[in-house]
Amino acid sequence: MNTFWDWNYVISFMPKLLEGLVVTIEVTFVAFIIAAVVGLLMALGRLSANPWIAQTLGLFIEFIRSTPLLVQLFVFFYILPRYGLRMPAFIVGTIALGVHYGTYTSEIYRAGIDAIDRGQWEAAKALNFSPVRTWVGIVLPQAIPPMIPALGNYLVAMFKESAQLSAITVVELTLTARTIGTQSFRFLEPFTMAGVLYFLISYPSSLVVQRLEKRYAGK
Amino acid sequence: MQASSTDPIVRFENVTKSFGELTVLRQLDFDVAPAEKVTIVGPSGSGKTTILRVLMTLEKPNDGVIWVNGEPLWHQKSGDKLVPASEKHLRKVRGNIGMVFQHFNLFPHMTALRNVTEAPIHVLKVPKGDAEQRAVELLQKVGLADKLGHYPSQLSGGQKQRVAIARALAMRPKVMLFDEVTSALDPELVGEVLNVIRELADEGEMAMLLVTHEMGFAREVSDRVVFFDKGRVVEEGPPEQIFGNPQNDRTKAFFNAILRH
Repeated sequence: MNTFWDWNYVISFMPKLLEGLVVTIEVTFVAFIIAAVVGLLMALGRLSANPWIAQTLGLFIEFIRSTPLLVQLFVFFYILPRYGLRMPAFIVGTIALGVHYGTYTSEIYRAGIDAIDRGQWEAAKALNFSPVRTWVGIVLPQAIPPMIPALGNYLVAMFKESAQLSAITVVELTLTARTIGTQSFRFLEPFTMAGVLYFLISYPSSLVVQRLEKRYAGK
Repeated sequence: MQASSTDPIVRFENVTKSFGELTVLRQLDFDVAPAEKVTIVGPSGSGKTTILRVLMTLEKPNDGVIWVNGEPLWHQKSGDKLVPASEKHLRKVRGNIGMVFQHFNLFPHMTALRNVTEAPIHVLKVPKGDAEQRAVELLQKVGLADKLGHYPSQLSGGQKQRVAIARALAMRPKVMLFDEVTSALDPELVGEVLNVIRELADEGEMAMLLVTHEMGFAREVSDRVVFFDKGRVVEEGPPEQIFGNPQNDRTKAFFNAILRH
């Protein structure tokens, strides 16, 4: 087994690696949904008329953005359990990734909402819409479609960044590759194949996002 | 208290509105009778539009009381005192008023039909079928029966403004505000919008408050013309008097300046 590249070895670990990929995809999608929802709530909170809510949220967002995701993962996974908050690694990691990216998506929402013409708010008021109906029926349906490409970029970024969850024992693609390598003392094939799998998903996804960007830019 | 038919539908009592250092309404007293058509004219920056915006609750006055259909707009009664209005009260009184904007402000993600049905369905809770039937009638009335499924981006400026008028009418306001509704239109599209407003004026039942630069039109549809300058009513009266024989020097200077163009 001294060849540079061993295909038989690759074939033997691929099923396992694909299981890791499935976990990576699951983490990415659940975390993205969290980021999309949390980001929207943060954006609305920062637009809140209550300065206390807006400022506290602003501080929280700056804090999350100014510290590495890896440190946040360690804090959630190793420190919170000491205070009785014990959750499986998958859940801790997914929430941390989602909230981390939520602080970035909130900026997209905020910019998208700011881009809505003042006249739309005034028309909604003149027609006596309730605040909730103004948001749900008038503002968000106009604000969200142009945000889709930017949100798509974060989806692709989160897919790659989810590798950091390996540091807190989430058995996703990267940790699976490392485990396979450790067991057989050969790291070249598992990590190369993991890289290929990341690429096969991220690259076409970026192309889709680019097309969306062009479509909305053309409008 | 229910308003009797002779009470004004709109009354400004001592209303002041400032933006920072700039006072745009100075202790304004101003009434509009039910079904009355009033045009406000005056130099730009004189506060004409602010009158409409304060009445539509888009701007909050600094002082004074505005009455709409016998009820205070920005206040509510607590015993015999007036206290600042709750959001609920504001929405209730605001329901008497409709507004058509200079820049249309149609909802771009909705068809012409849905622009007109959206508020009746969600605000007045009219059943969808009834709201659509009435919207079709209103769009017919403004000459757009063939544009029901068109989005605002597919309509000309004049057509957009007519949809906006239908949309405001669908809420059955007692007072309709027209804020320079032809100023953003190409000259050849002004006529179609003015025709619609003229028809509404002829129907008579709704009070109308117009800010416009179309003096000929103002003369034709108004019961009363108000010349407004520096936050105050300078002169008011029937259109023949204000346009034909203004008394105040500032009014005269304004019309002279306009007629020279």
